Amino acid sequence: MSYLEYHAKSTPAGLRKILHLNWGLTLLLITVSSVGFLMLYSVAGGSFSPWVEPQVKRFALGLGVMFVVAMIPIWFWRNISVVAYLGSLALLVAVELFGTVGMGAQRWIDIGFMRLQPSEVTKIALVMLLAAYYDWLPAEKTSRPLWVLLPVALILIPTALVLKQPDLGTSILLMAAGGGVMFLAGVHWAYFAAVIAAGVGLVSAVFQSRGTDWQLLKDYQFRRIDTFLDPSQDPLGAGYHITQSKIALGSGGWSGRGFMQGTQSRLNFLPEKHTDFIFTTLAEEFGFIGGVTLLSIYMLIIVFCIASAIAAKDRFSSLVIMGIAITFFLFFAVNMSMVMGLAPVVGVPLPMVSYGGSAMLVLLGAFGIVQSAHIHRPRQASR
Amino acid sequence: MKRNTKDLDAAHGKMTRRALFLGGLQLAFAGGLAARMRYLQVDQADEFRLLAEENRINIRLLPPARGQIFDRNGLIIAQNSPSYRITVVPEDAGDVEEVIAKLSSLVPLDPEDLERARTEMRRSPPFLPITLADQIGWEDISKVAVNAPALPGVTPEVGLTRVYPQLGDFAHVVGYVGPVSDYDLSKMEDPEPVLMIPRFQIGKVGFEAKREDVLRGKAGAKRVEVNATGRVMRELDRREGISGADMQLTIDAGLQNYVQARLGRESAAAVVIDCEDGDIRAICSSPSFDPNLFVRGISVADYRMLTEDKYRPLSNKTVQGTYPPGSTFKMITALAALENGVVGPEETVWCPGHLKVAGRRFHCWKRAGHGHVDLNTSLKRSCDVYYYDVAIKTGIDKISEIANKFGLGIKHDLPMSAVAQGITPTKEWKASSYGKDWLIGDTANASIGQGYMLASPLQLAVMTARIATGRSVTPRLLKSLDGVEQPSGAGEPLGISENSLRMVRRGMHSVSNDRRGTAYRSRIIGDGLQMAGKTGTSQVRNITAAERAAGVIRNEDLPWERRDHALFVCFAPYDKPKYAVAVVVEHGGGGSKAAAPVARDVLLQALYDGTPPLEAYPKADRSRIKAQQERLERERVKRPLGSRSSRA
Repeated sequence: MSYLEYHAKSTPAGLRKILHLNWGLTLLLITVSSVGFLMLYSVAGGSFSPWVEPQVKRFALGLGVMFVVAMIPIWFWRNISVVAYLGSLALLVAVELFGTVGMGAQRWIDIGFMRLQPSEVTKIALVMLLAAYYDWLPAEKTSRPLWVLLPVALILIPTALVLKQPDLGTSILLMAAGGGVMFLAGVHWAYFAAVIAAGVGLVSAVFQSRGTDWQLLKDYQFRRIDTFLDPSQDPLGAGYHITQSKIALGSGGWSGRGFMQGTQSRLNFLPEKHTDFIFTTLAEEFGFIGGVTLLSIYMLIIVFCIASAIAAKDRFSSLVIMGIAITFFLFFAVNMSMVMGLAPVVGVPLPMVSYGGSAMLVLLGAFGIVQSAHIHRPRQASR
Repeated sequence: MKRNTKDLDAAHGKMTRRALFLGGLQLAFAGGLAARMRYLQVDQADEFRLLAEENRINIRLLPPARGQIFDRNGLIIAQNSPSYRITVVPEDAGDVEEVIAKLSSLVPLDPEDLERARTEMRRSPPFLPITLADQIGWEDISKVAVNAPALPGVTPEVGLTRVYPQLGDFAHVVGYVGPVSDYDLSKMEDPEPVLMIPRFQIGKVGFEAKREDVLRGKAGAKRVEVNATGRVMRELDRREGISGADMQLTIDAGLQNYVQARLGRESAAAVVIDCEDGDIRAICSSPSFDPNLFVRGISVADYRMLTEDKYRPLSNKTVQGTYPPGSTFKMITALAALENGVVGPEETVWCPGHLKVAGRRFHCWKRAGHGHVDLNTSLKRSCDVYYYDVAIKTGIDKISEIANKFGLGIKHDLPMSAVAQGITPTKEWKASSYGKDWLIGDTANASIGQGYMLASPLQLAVMTARIATGRSVTPRLLKSLDGVEQPSGAGEPLGISENSLRMVRRGMHSVSNDRRGTAYRSRIIGDGLQMAGKTGTSQVRNITAAERAAGVIRNEDLPWERRDHALFVCFAPYDKPKYAVAVVVEHGGGGSKAAAPVARDVLLQALYDGTPPLEAYPKADRSRIKAQQERLERERVKRPLGSRSSRA
């Protein structure tokens, strides 16, 4: 089924669309963001400034964006996916040329009221383009080498640009999400096996390159990997983040030390406590119960998305929803692995909770697309 | 079109399967995350909780207040005063040199202190405070406090520091404290953590060092919450330390002060001991120094001045210095002879001015000789030949045995630094020390307290007290510890016949009360206060035969360091001994002239517990004594606290 075959009449129209929003998903998103507000309030020492207030404003804006995106029929989003992709590439190039250097990497463009991180937009645009591609591509061609190489190229172009910023975390996320969409589209298993094998090869190549002229990663990236592998080696230096993060998590215990009682975050032992490491504050103050609760909410969102994707019937909707779900999953999975000492510190925020504007806006926009697919899904009964 | 739709349905079915598969993977991963959380937060929670507490909580030691030291009347000798100091934390200061420059434009900083601070900075981690200036006035501290914003890392602090308000009077007795040095730490097996506090003061010398165990006290601790940069956020709890025990000495600070002033600029020592209970009422070594100089670390210039002084202000001559006792030893020789029945009290010895012993002439100090000399005359006129004679008959071992009984050659157990044992030679001692046989001439020398014989002023005072009482009077310096009275030093009877003792005491009485006595000029007037004493003049050089032939050079004509030591021991009142005094004036010349007047003045001061009336002195001396009393009264005016000038 392509979008042209929609029974246009059976989809809700006008303001009635609001009734057909995926309200469960919306509620879950509001819940997760509220957890974020609570934690930002806590790490600020019981204050709405400097983080809660702007975060709430951005969330309200993002929610508005989500509703607007949801109202627009899904086929519109399918049509503009090529434009969105090209636009995001242009932004990536722009950030390379005019971007602001922050934390040793070029990542932001200042657009007045907020700082835009083009790589965030890219994640969604890539997923949209791939979904549109497989919607257009006849199913029997899916696994043909030439038709596999094209989406691989589509993934690698933005990945390379992001890697150059350099932002290892986002580039891994891009590849994983793109790969996920390809997998869902039905590309043959063997390709993935080959890529995984190649990936293992690449990783060993990266380690081989260390210290040579053609070094593939920056020194700080190597150090992050080192400290990930053995954080105790240098507990006050490079391993500080992971060590302190694990201490905060562990000291939370079963039920936590209580709201605003986390000593690790309140006494500044935790680095980046309002952004990448905000989960540790949650785990310190609300313990295992709090951590598992947040994880469950996240997983519920994923489950909602999968259900939506299966129900959507049309290929673009299904793929774009699943792509967004994978991206979202990768966000929190990588972030949590990182703060628990299971992955190197790569600078991936906790979605909807970490302080930060563009990630939240883009994610809410993406969920708008999910909502749009949900609203405009084909309905059999109403003809 | 239909087939196409079927294909599409097949594709959708495949996608659904793969979506469910991916969903399963994601769920599995989430399960893994939850498991990891469980491992960290439940299984290892205790360990991480502990680590978090270690992060958060710092234990800071609270230095205990050092025990204070008082004299027998409760006058303070060593106290703890609040002291203001300026510290800097190099880490917070950023550019330390710039901060120091700014600071020195506000308050005067001692370059030597700064040099010390820089050395300390190189040694210690950057987050520990370093003292830039110590014992700063209130005004300067206020200036620093007001300008604090311009001086990052600089803190005005208040702490306790040791102060010795009596300045030099107790420098040799109490000693002084100073900051713990690396050397101090290296000597200790398991140093208490409190010693690691920068500039923590411990006893370095004297009583302060000897009784460090009880004076120091126990450190308290406070637990503070710190943030990641080490800044203290709040105090969680504190356990106060236990202050060191207060001490009361047997010394009378007033008397001590008088004795110190009376010794004046001489290189001398004086000890006043209570015959009844062994209490040391005064124990002075002159010249003295200001112990406060050492508390914060003495400057190189000041230290050099003290070490290069030929009068050796740093040495404690009262217990550390040993001198040939000279004629003050004659009582012991007499007692040894009497106790061993070698000579009767009335028996006389013929003194022609010398005695030939083993082919060598041993001279009496009086070339012309004393003629027929009995015990009383021998003491009164200090005839040497009498003692050569009776000592040779008695034998050195028996003499030394008696000497030990009277506290010579015995190391008295006093909480002071470097208490000397002295020497009472025996045949065996000479054999083991020099590998030589004892000669009869050695006995002759020892009989008049020369040769190998060495005693400290303290030992001479103890000897005198024991002669005066016949009991084994033991010197006591610590009267009470933490309010607990220490055992008295009254002692048991010595087992010397009262008869012999009475004869010797009578001889000593004649010394200062018989017109022909060597210390008659230093007598005390007044019934019931009469003094018994003995002069001593000990040679520090050998008088060669050639020199003797040319006529012995008068002491006054010799360079200072070759002059004789002047000694005098005495007790009073003669009838009911209360105080025994020993005075040694290094290179002072004759005992009767240089030492006896000092001892007499000290004794009177002690007996009257203050300035004695002029009636206690011989008529002819009263105007001179009056002038002396007035002069001393002026000199004894205390300098204000905190004065840096030393009495020396």
